[in-house]
Amino acid sequence: MEVGLTHFLIVSAILFSLGLFAVITRRNAILVLMGVELILNSANINFIAFAKYGGMKLDGQAAAVFVIILAAAEAAVALAIVLNIYQRFKTVNVDEISAMKE
Amino acid sequence: MTLYEAIFYFFAIITLVSAGIVVFSKNVIHSAFSLLFTFFGVTGIYVLLNADFIAVTQLLIYVGGILVLLLFGVMLTNKVIDVELKTGTLQTVPASIIVASIAGVLCGVFYITDWKIIPASMDATKSTTAGLGEMFMTTYLLPFEVASVVLLVALVGAAMIARKERTVE
Amino acid sequence: MNEQTLINLSLAILLLPIASFVIQIFFGKKVSFLSDKFGTAILFICLAMSLAVMFGKLGIEEPIITSFQWVDFGNVPVLGHLTIDLGFTIDNLSAIMLVVVTLVSSLVHLFSIGYMHGDVRYSRYFAYLSIFTFSMLMIVLTGNFFLMYVGWELVGLSSYLLIGHWYEKKSASNAAMKAFIVNRIGDIGMFTGIMILYYTFHTFGFKEIFEAIGSGNIPMGSEKWLTAAGILVFCGAIGKSAQFPLHVWLPDAMEGPTPVSALIHAATMVAAGVYLVARTFPMMTADALTVIAYIGTITAFISATIAVAQNDIKKVLAYSTVSQLGYMVVGLGVGAYTAGFFHLVTHAMFKAGLFLGSGSVIHAMHHATHHMHDHHTDPQDMRNMGGLKNKMPITFKVFLIYTAAISGIPLFSGFLSKDMILAGTLAFGNTTGHWIIPITMFFIAGLTAFYMCRMLFLTFFGNHADAHRYEHIHESPKVMTIPLLIFATLSFWIFFSFNPLDGASGWLAKAVERPESVVPATSAAIGPHEFEEEMHHEHYVAMGLSLLVAAIGILIAYLTYYKKSISADAVAAKLPGMHKFLYNKWYFDELYGSVVVGGTLAFTRVLRWIDTYIVDGMVNGTATWTKAMVFGYSKNWKEKPVNAKIFLLGGLFVAGVVTAFSFRWLMGVEAGFIHLVWSGLGALCAGLLTFFMFYGGAGGFDKFVVDGLVNGVAYASGFFGILFRKTQTGKVQTYIMLALLGMMIIFFMMK
Repeated sequence: MEVGLTHFLIVSAILFSLGLFAVITRRNAILVLMGVELILNSANINFIAFAKYGGMKLDGQAAAVFVIILAAAEAAVALAIVLNIYQRFKTVNVDEISAMKE
Repeated sequence: MTLYEAIFYFFAIITLVSAGIVVFSKNVIHSAFSLLFTFFGVTGIYVLLNADFIAVTQLLIYVGGILVLLLFGVMLTNKVIDVELKTGTLQTVPASIIVASIAGVLCGVFYITDWKIIPASMDATKSTTAGLGEMFMTTYLLPFEVASVVLLVALVGAAMIARKERTVE
Repeated sequence: MNEQTLINLSLAILLLPIASFVIQIFFGKKVSFLSDKFGTAILFICLAMSLAVMFGKLGIEEPIITSFQWVDFGNVPVLGHLTIDLGFTIDNLSAIMLVVVTLVSSLVHLFSIGYMHGDVRYSRYFAYLSIFTFSMLMIVLTGNFFLMYVGWELVGLSSYLLIGHWYEKKSASNAAMKAFIVNRIGDIGMFTGIMILYYTFHTFGFKEIFEAIGSGNIPMGSEKWLTAAGILVFCGAIGKSAQFPLHVWLPDAMEGPTPVSALIHAATMVAAGVYLVARTFPMMTADALTVIAYIGTITAFISATIAVAQNDIKKVLAYSTVSQLGYMVVGLGVGAYTAGFFHLVTHAMFKAGLFLGSGSVIHAMHHATHHMHDHHTDPQDMRNMGGLKNKMPITFKVFLIYTAAISGIPLFSGFLSKDMILAGTLAFGNTTGHWIIPITMFFIAGLTAFYMCRMLFLTFFGNHADAHRYEHIHESPKVMTIPLLIFATLSFWIFFSFNPLDGASGWLAKAVERPESVVPATSAAIGPHEFEEEMHHEHYVAMGLSLLVAAIGILIAYLTYYKKSISADAVAAKLPGMHKFLYNKWYFDELYGSVVVGGTLAFTRVLRWIDTYIVDGMVNGTATWTKAMVFGYSKNWKEKPVNAKIFLLGGLFVAGVVTAFSFRWLMGVEAGFIHLVWSGLGALCAGLLTFFMFYGGAGGFDKFVVDGLVNGVAYASGFFGILFRKTQTGKVQTYIMLALLGMMIIFFMMK
C-alpha cells in the first residue's frame, strides 16, 4: 500500500495514545509534561498531513506554527510552576501534591 | 518500496520507538533524551509532508528550546546525587485498557474512513516559508500578534513564578 | 495693576501657605531649615503680596469677582438644575483683611521661633500655623458660602490642632475638644442657614444671592425666613467669634501656646465670625441686625465683667477679646458697618501685640521659675508678677501702648474705631429707641479701661512678689520683641486716619463703605446715609462720653492698684457674692455642665430605661413565647402536672369540637354516623397535634418528623458517598482517565 494520508494519521494516532498514556500514568510532573508535548506533536502531524492531502494549502501549516508557539509558552509556564511546586513540596510527584485536597 | 516509503517508515519507527521509550522508561533522564529522537522523527515526517519551515521551526523550538527546558526541569527537580531519577506509575492497568481502546478506535477510524484526497497543489520543491510569511502578515495577522503577546505574557509569568519561590524561601 | 494680576496674586497668597504646610508636615522634622524659617519666609512673601493686592485693589472701584463652575448636578428632582460655582471676591474688605491676616500670621510666626524654641513638636507647630493661615485666607478670599464653609471648618480643625498642641496636658486636650464641639454647635446653625439660601436661590455665590434678594426673591416668600436665614448664618459667627452663649470656648483656648492665642484672637478664628457678618451684611434684615446687636451687647457686658475678676493674665486678655468682639458685632448690628470692621482691624493689631506681650512676660516668668526649680508658682498669675517694667523695658513700653489703644485713649488706633462704634450705638439708640445698647456699651468702655489698667499695674508696677525670682527675669530675645514693636507701631492713629480724633475721615473708613442693603424695604434697617448723618451728629457726644468713662476707669484702676487708696480685697469682701460670681465667669461652664451635659445624661438614662424594659421586654417576651411554642410546655408538665393536664385536655376538647364542627360545615349536611366517625378521626389528629404542640412543642414535630427526613436523606447520601468515594482520588490523572472512559462510552453509543 502506498504511503498516504492514512499512514501519517495512524502514526499520529499512536503518538497521541502514547502521550496520553504518559499523562495518565506517570507520577513525575515533568514526564506528564513530556506526554503533553507528544500529544501536541501528534496534533501537528495531523494538521500538516491534512494541509498536504486535504487541499488546505498553507492554512494547516499556519495552525501548526501557532501550536508550536503555544507549546513553547505552555512549557515555560508549566516548568516554572513545577519548579515552584518543587520548592514548596520538595517533590514533583503529582499524586503527593495534595495540599488542596485537605 | 520506494525511497519515499523507506524514509517514511524509517522516521515513523524512530518516532514511535523513541516515544515508547519516553513513556515507558523508568529513568527520567532516559525519557528526556529519548524525547529528542521523537522530535527528530516528527521533524522528518514534517519534511515528508512538504512542511520545510515547520520542520526547521520544530527543530529549533522543540529540540533547542522545550527539550532543554524539560532537561533543566529534570535536573532541578530531582536529587541527582541520590540517583532518585526513577519514577513510578499510577493506575497502569485501567489506563492501559482505556488508552489501548482509544488507540484502537482512532486507528480504526482513520483506517476505515474513506478520505477524500485532494491532490496536493503545492510544488514539493518550492519552499513554504515565503507563503507562510505572507499569510502571517495578511490572513493571520491578528492571531499572530496575539501569539506574540501570549509569548510575552508567558515569559513574564514564568519569570515571575520561578523568581517568586526564591523570595519565599 | 490690572484685575488679572490681582487675581493671580490672591491665588498665590492662598496657595502658598498650604504648600508650605505640606512641605513642613512631611519634611519639617528632617530638615531644620524647613521647620521654622521656611514657613515664616513664605508668610512674609504672602504679606508682601497682600500689600500689593491691597494697594492695587484700593485703586479700583468695583469689586473683582471671578468664579468657575465646579460641579454640575444636572437636573435634580424637585429642586431643578443645580450647580456649585467656586471663586474669589476681591473687594476692599477682603483686600484689607488679607493684609491683616498675613501681617499678624507672619509676625506670630516670627515670634514663635523664639517662643516655641525647643518644643517637642516644633516643626509640626509651624505646619499647623500654616494651615491655620491658609484656612483663614480661604474665608477671606472666597466669593461664596460653599468655600466659606470649607474654610470655616478648616479653621475649626486647625484651631483644634493648635489649642491641643500640648495634648499631654489634660486641660489642653479638653480645651481643644471644647473649642471644637462648641464651634460645631454654631456651625450647625450656619449650615442650616446656608442650606436655606441654597434651597431658595440654587447658588452659593454672595453676589448672586444678594442680587436675587434685591430683585424681590426671598426664601419661601416670607421676610421671616430671610431673617431666620440671616440669624442662622450669624450662628456660625456666634461660634467662631465666641459670642454669647457660645463664648465659653475662647478663654479655655488659652491652653494653647500663647502665639496661637494671639493668632486666634487677633486675625484668624474670631475675626472670621465678624468677617462673615460683614460679608453677609447686605442680606441681614432689621430684625436680624437687632438680634446681632443685642447678642454683641450681652457678650461684651458679660465678658467685660468677668475680666475684672480674673487673675490669670491670659484669661483677662481672653475675656477682653470676647468683649471687644462684642463691640465689633454690636457695630455691625447697629449698622455702623465701617466702624465694626475698622475695629476688627485695629483690634487685630493691638490684641495680637497684647498676647505676644503677655507671651513675652510668661516666657520670662516661666524661665525665672524654672531657674529656681519652682514648679508651684503659676507663671501666668498676675499676683505673682509686679515690678516688671524695669526688668523688661521693651515689653513694658509696648504693653503700655497696647493698653492705651484698647482703653480708647486718643492718638491710638483703638480710640478711632471704638469711638465710631459708640457713635453708631448712640445713633441706633436715637433712631430706634434701643437705648440699652449705647448705655451698656459706654459702661463697658469704662470697664475695659479699668481692667486693662489693672492688668498693667499688677504686672509691671509695684513690687515683685518674690525678690529672688525677680533677679532671674530677663527681657525676651529680639526675635520676640521685634514683632511686639511692629504691632506697637501699628497701634498708633496715623496708620488709619490722619485726624487722631476722627476715624471716619481716614482711608480705611473711606475704603470700606457700608454696602446697600438688599432686603425688602419693609424689613430693612435704617438707610446708610441717614444713619451716617446721625452718627456724624453724635460723633462729638460719643467722643466726650467715651473719654469720660475711660478716664474714670483708669482713675479707679490707678487708685486701687497703684496708689492702693482703694483696697480691692475690701471691695471684694463687701460684695462676696458678686466677686465669686464674676470670678467663676458667671457660672457658664457649670450651667452648661448641668443643663446640657446633665440633661443629655438624664435623657440617655430615660432612653436606657426604655431600652431595658420596653424594647428588651418585647424582644425577650417574643423569645419566651417562641420558646414555649417550640419546646412545648414539657417543663410545666413536670412542675405542675395538674395545670398542664388541664391545659392539654382543654386543648384536646377544643380541637375536637372545632374539627367536628368544621367537618359538618364542610359536608354541608346534618351530622350522621359517618360524620361522627370522621369527626372522631379529626379530633384524634387535632389531639395529636395539640400533644405535639404542648408536650413536644413545634420542636417535637421538628425533631421526629423533619429531622427524621433530613437524617434519612443524609444517611442515604452518606451510603452512596462511600460507594462513590472509591473513584474520587483527588488526582487529576484519575479524572482524565474517567473522562476518557466516558468519551469512549459516548463514542460507542453514538456509533
